[in-house]
Parts: sequence; C-alpha cells; structure tokens
Amino acid sequence: KKFELDERLKAYKGVWVFIEHERGAIHPVSLELLGEGRKLADMLGVELAGVVMGPPGETTRSFCQEAFYHGADLCYLIEDPLLQDYRNEPYTKGLTDLVNKYQPEILFLGATTLGRDLAGSVATTLKTGLTADCTELNIDLDVRSLLASRPTFGGSLLCTIQTLNYRPQMATVRPRVMAMPERDATRNGRIIEDTLSMIEDSIITKVLEFIPDEMQDKPQLPFADIIVAGGRGMKKPENFKLIWELAQVLGAEVGATRPVVQAGWVELDRQVGQSGKTVRSKLYIAVGISGAIQHRVGMDASDVIIAINNDPNAPIFDFAHYGIVGNAMTILPALTEAFKAHLATARKAG
Amino acid sequence: MHIVVCIKQVPDSAQIRVHPVTNTIMRQGVPTIVNPYDLFALEEALRLKDEYGARVTVLTMGPPMAEAALRKAISYGADDAVLVTDRIFAGSDTLATSYALAAAIQQISKDITVDLVFTGKQTIDGDTAQVGPGVAKRLEMQLLTYVSKIRSLDTDKQEIVVERRSEGGVQVLKTKIPSLITVLEGNNEMRFATMANMFRAARYPVKIWNKDAAGIEDPTKTGLKGSPTVVSKVFAPTPRATKAEIIQCESNEPKDLSVTLLAKMFTKFPNIEKELLKRSA
Ligand SMILES: Cc1cc2nc3c(=O)[nH]c(=O)nc-3n(C[C@H](O)[C@H](O)[C@H](O)COP(=O)(O)OP(=O)(O)OC[C@H]3O[C@@H](n4cnc5c(N)ncnc54)[C@H](O)[C@@H]3O)c2cc1C
Ligand SMILES: Cc1cc2nc3c(=O)[nH]c(=O)nc-3n(C[C@H](O)[C@H](O)[C@H](O)COP(=O)(O)OP(=O)(O)OC[C@H]3O[C@@H](n4cnc5c(N)ncnc54)[C@H](O)[C@@H]3O)c2cc1C
Repeated sequence: KKFELDERLKAYKGVWVFIEHERGAIHPVSLELLGEGRKLADMLGVELAGVVMGPPGETTRSFCQEAFYHGADLCYLIEDPLLQDYRNEPYTKGLTDLVNKYQPEILFLGATTLGRDLAGSVATTLKTGLTADCTELNIDLDVRSLLASRPTFGGSLLCTIQTLNYRPQMATVRPRVMAMPERDATRNGRIIEDTLSMIEDSIITKVLEFIPDEMQDKPQLPFADIIVAGGRGMKKPENFKLIWELAQVLGAEVGATRPVVQAGWVELDRQVGQSGKTVRSKLYIAVGISGAIQHRVGMDASDVIIAINNDPNAPIFDFAHYGIVGNAMTILPALTEAFKAHLATARKAG
Repeated sequence: MHIVVCIKQVPDSAQIRVHPVTNTIMRQGVPTIVNPYDLFALEEALRLKDEYGARVTVLTMGPPMAEAALRKAISYGADDAVLVTDRIFAGSDTLATSYALAAAIQQISKDITVDLVFTGKQTIDGDTAQVGPGVAKRLEMQLLTYVSKIRSLDTDKQEIVVERRSEGGVQVLKTKIPSLITVLEGNNEMRFATMANMFRAARYPVKIWNKDAAGIEDPTKTGLKGSPTVVSKVFAPTPRATKAEIIQCESNEPKDLSVTLLAKMFTKFPNIEKELLKRSA
C-alpha cells in the first residue's frame, strides 16, 4: 500500500535552515546546509528559508544577507535582546513558534554543541522525528519525504531514516560534511520579521560569563587543507614520528583513527571520523588505516586521498585515489624525501 | 538532593567485527558494557554525593539483560537502580525513549523528589545526543548540555552554576534546580568499585518496571508506534566509480614508488602542488 501523507500535514511546505552564529559570525555549517538545502528545495519545487535569531542590530540582519548570498530565498528573522547569547529556552521557544506558524516541511540544523542542544529540544517540543549527524540527504519524490542517511553502528554500512507522518522532518549535519556553496553577492531575498514573546524574568538560566578558547595549540582539523593521518598500522607510538615528519614537510595537520587516539598516541582533537572530526581537505594521506566506515565518513569528501597500506585488499583502496601497497615504515621516509625534493625543485623553477 | 543518572547498555564496539564476506555486523557474542560516556555522568553524581550528600538512582530502559549495567553502577556506589523494560518499548527512537524515561523519572520522583537528572553526552551505538534534551523538555527541566564542570551547587537556594562547552569557548551558566545535565567526557575518572559495594551490587534487588509500573499513560507514544523516525534502508556506501590507482614501477622500491606517485598526482591535480608550494614557501 502506498504511503499517503496525512491531510493536515500537507500544509507544511518549504525547506528551512537554522542559521547558527556566535559572537558576530555565522557558523560555516549553516552555509553548507544552505547549499544542500537549495538542492532539496529545488527538487521539491519549494522555497529555501534561513532562520535568523539574534539581538537587534546590523550584525543580526547581515546574517540574512549572507543567507541570501548562499542560496536562501527568504529569511525568518527574530531580533530580541534576550537572544544575545545562546540559551536553550528562548531559542527553543522562538524556533518552535516559527515552525508552528509558518510550517516548513524540512528543518536542518548543524550538529554542533548549539545545534544539537536546540534540535533535540525543538523536535521533542514539536513531537517530531530528528535524524542525527546525517552524511547524505535526498528526497523520495514519490512520497515527498526526506531521506536522511547516517552510518549505522559497527558495520561498514549506512542507514536511511525517514520521518513519514510527522512534520517538519528534522535532521542535523556536522560541519564539513556538505560542500560550501559559492557565495553569490548578487542574490537577494525577502525578510519576514517575527517576535519572541518572552521576558527575561521568565528565563531561568542566566549566562554569567563566556570564556573563549585561546586557540593556540588546539589542532584545527576540520579546516585543514592538507592532512597526514595514521592508523593502527603504524604499530608503535614511536613510529608515529614518521607521520609528524611528513606533516611538517607538507605544512599539514596530523590526524588519526580512533584506536590510535584511544591508545593515547595522539590527542582526542586529532581523531577523524564518525565520533571525531569531519574533514574536507584538499589532500588526505592515510597511512596504516584500514578504511572502516566510521573513519571514511569523516574524510572521504577530501579532494585527493592517498592510501599507504601493506594489505592490497584493505577497504581504504576502494575509495582512495592513489594507493601504495607496502610497509608504512619504509614507504613513509621515502615519500617524505620525495615531497621535499619535488617541492624544492618546483620552487627553484618558480 | 536526589540525582537520577540515565545509563544505557551498549554493545562493546571495540569487539564488533564486520563479516569479511557479507559485510554485515557480527553482533552475536559481542559483550555489552555501560555506555562509556554515561560513566562520566555517574561519577559526577557520586562526586556530588560525596560533597553534598545525595541519593543517586540509576535508570535504564532496555531489555531484561540491561540489569547487568545497573548492577555495575551499584558496585560503583549508586544507591538505587530501576530497569524499565517492556516488549512495547522495542524499536523506540529518541522521541519515544525520552517519553518512557521521563515517565519513569516522574514515577521515581513520587518517592523522593528528583532534583537533578544526569545523562551522558551521547551513546556509542545510536550516537544521537538527543535523549538528554528530550527528557529535559518532557519534564520541563532546565537543560544544560555538554557540561564540563559543576562549579557550585547551593542546595538551599536550589541554584547550580556550571561550565558548558559551546562553539569556540565555555559558557558559565547559572540556573535553578530541577535541571537536566548532559555530562561531557574526560573531566573525571570512574572510581574503583569497593568490595562492600560489589557485594551489595550482587544482592541488590533491582527494581524492574513494566509499562504500568513506569507510569506510561499512553503506550502509543512508546516503541515503534511512538517513533516518528523509521529506518527505511540499510546499504553499503557507494563505491567510487574507480578504485585507487595502485602505484607501481619497475623496481617497486619505496623511493621510486614515491616519485612515481608524486609525478602522477601533480600532473592530474596541479592545484595540490600549488597549495603545497604556497604553504611551505
Ligand atoms: C560507534 C563507533 C564509532 C567509531 N568512530 C570512529 C571514528 O570516529 N574514527 C575512527 O577512525 N574510527 C572509529 N571507529 C572505529 C572503526 O570502526 C575502526 O575500528 C577504526 O577506524 C580502525 O582504525 P585503523 O584503521 O587505525 O585500524 P585497523 O582497522 O586495525 O587497520 C590497520 C590497517 O593498517 C594496515 N597495516 C598493518 N601494518 C601495516 C604496515 N606495516 N604498513 C602499512 N599498513 C599496515 C592493515 O593492513 C590495516 O588495514 C568507530 C567505531 C564505532 C563502533
Ligand atoms: C545506528 C542507529 C542510528 C539511530 N539513529 C537515530 C536517529 O537519527 N534519530 C532517532 O530518533 N533515533 C535514532 N536511533 C534510535 C536511538 O538510538 C534510540 O532511540 C535510543 O533508545 C536512544 O538514542 P541514543 O542511543 O542515540 O542515545 P543518546 O541520545 O546519544 O544518549 C544520550 C544519553 O541519554 C541516556 N540514554 C539514552 N538511551 C537510554 C536508555 N535506553 N536508558 C537510559 N538512558 C538512556 C544516556 O545517559 C545517554 O548517554 C538510532 C539507532 C541506531 C542503532
């Protein structure tokens, strides 16, 4: 029997992206979601909207403009001093009210600390489905339903999750999973303003202070263009210095698989994969890494992947661009030397 | 002070193997553990118990065998344990799970009022981080996610000050009890079970609640029926159109392989060479 959407839910139309920002800047994940949202909205033949909530002022309004430049047709805007810092209560109230009033069929948020906090609260308040950390989004046009895919537990598999007879269909996506769309400053859109019906006294949680990260030593994997990553195939923590040496020559960040992080060879911030960071580098060199799905989903959007592994049947070779079959401990020093020599020659040649 | 810690029993992922031929998960015989992230929540509750005096109740929803996870928690020093188990809960997504857990917490609260609910940051199987926010909303509790530190707790004023991990920094928040806290990993370490607590755990009569005992008013809000999300398909990731080009050369010496690789790659992807020259210049 063919699925038929509840009559009452057919009124829900349009794709929304919650525009996350903190301290005056949009989180890139929101722009990435606009890129993906644009495609889905076009498939559905509906409009793409950004949802901007923040304190009154030019900065907040400029986020609407950025949303238009990145593909939105319109923005829902709530300006209110209570939205100065992110707090769960006012943001949940604002977003929930907007959804109830304007009825989107799809709502996306970034899977960040803010987005996950807000998405879980809004979905529960609206009593609708929420799919976490999706890596692929698509539409089943037959039944007008969102197909949200994410890795499934333990295996080399993905599962597709649907929210059939509930609206909106909600999903979160992590930073760097979707491509950043082109910024087109000729685009424009319309703003629909709304209000937050709350007073400060009714909000129980107060922000006392914000302590920014100093950012000095923290590895910035998600935004690294070149990454050299090592896995369990490196055998010993001492061997990991071969990874660091190549990274140094390339000006690259060092990444690792989960077993390596769990063994304490490198810090947690360097873990790439489902329960670590998602990266989108221009060059990703994977050494002694088998290519399990939980690692793959964190890095396979990289432009060029080189794999070094002594097992010619390692799954990593199924999706890498170049492979060298051999012992990492002998290949790595040679590769480091080859890069060094090549770059020196190229630099001389101008 | 009464703290409920929600814990979930999960398969020990370190021991999961993928079938080499069929590419499916081999779950049989995989041992289960307490979700590792939940131990940080439990330890934080036990720490508050040491410092302020508190009753710590552990709660799980799951199959009958999840009782083992609760016993483990008792052995670390939890006072009470409740297992919510019923066939109707099978197939619950996070919305349905939060409904059942919230009902059980209300039920627990009828005996001794619950002041704080702790959860882990996320599980290692479902991995959604959605249950904590869901339970908080259903109980109309203040929600504090990704808490790295509880700075202070004033039991008279019913006030709590926490540090919350947020994008690009730490938010210091002050709020009122009752609240629900999702505890971030890595800021404490689970204590060892004492001999006395291990004996206690072995004999402890875990409370086993079916849907009625757990105070479920509307069974259609639980299990598959109460779950808006449905898994419609399980599939293998799309293979790249072409597999990796395996670099080979006459000698197959590391040096020659490396040089061959670079020549091939820089010819096809000159932008990578440019990028590398840009940064190491
Ligand atoms: C819920 C869940 C979440 C997870 N999240 C993540 C995550 O975020 N990130 C992550 O990475 N993993 C994650 N994992 C673990 C993942 O399933 C794999 O176990 C892990 O990625 C494997 O790491 P590895 O490739 O380093 O090790 P292995 O799979 O052991 O692979 C080692 C590879 O090295 C090769 N090798 C051995 N010796 C040599 C040598 N001398 N020279 C060259 N190659 C050699 C071997 O052929 C093998 O292919 C998760 C698992 C679960 C269940
Ligand atoms: C591969 C896979 C993907 C899934 N994807 C989704 C999805 O996208 N959306 C969705 O709605 N559901 C999803 N589910 C179902 C989801 O796993 C279940 O609803 C589960 O009961 C709770 O979610 P979680 O494991 O993600 O917990 P999380 O929300 O990650 O858990 C957070 C905390 O809540 C507490 N907690 C969670 N479950 C219990 C419990 N049973 N008893 C006591 N405390 C608990 C723990 O303290 C835990 O640390 C998925 C399940 C699997 C196996």
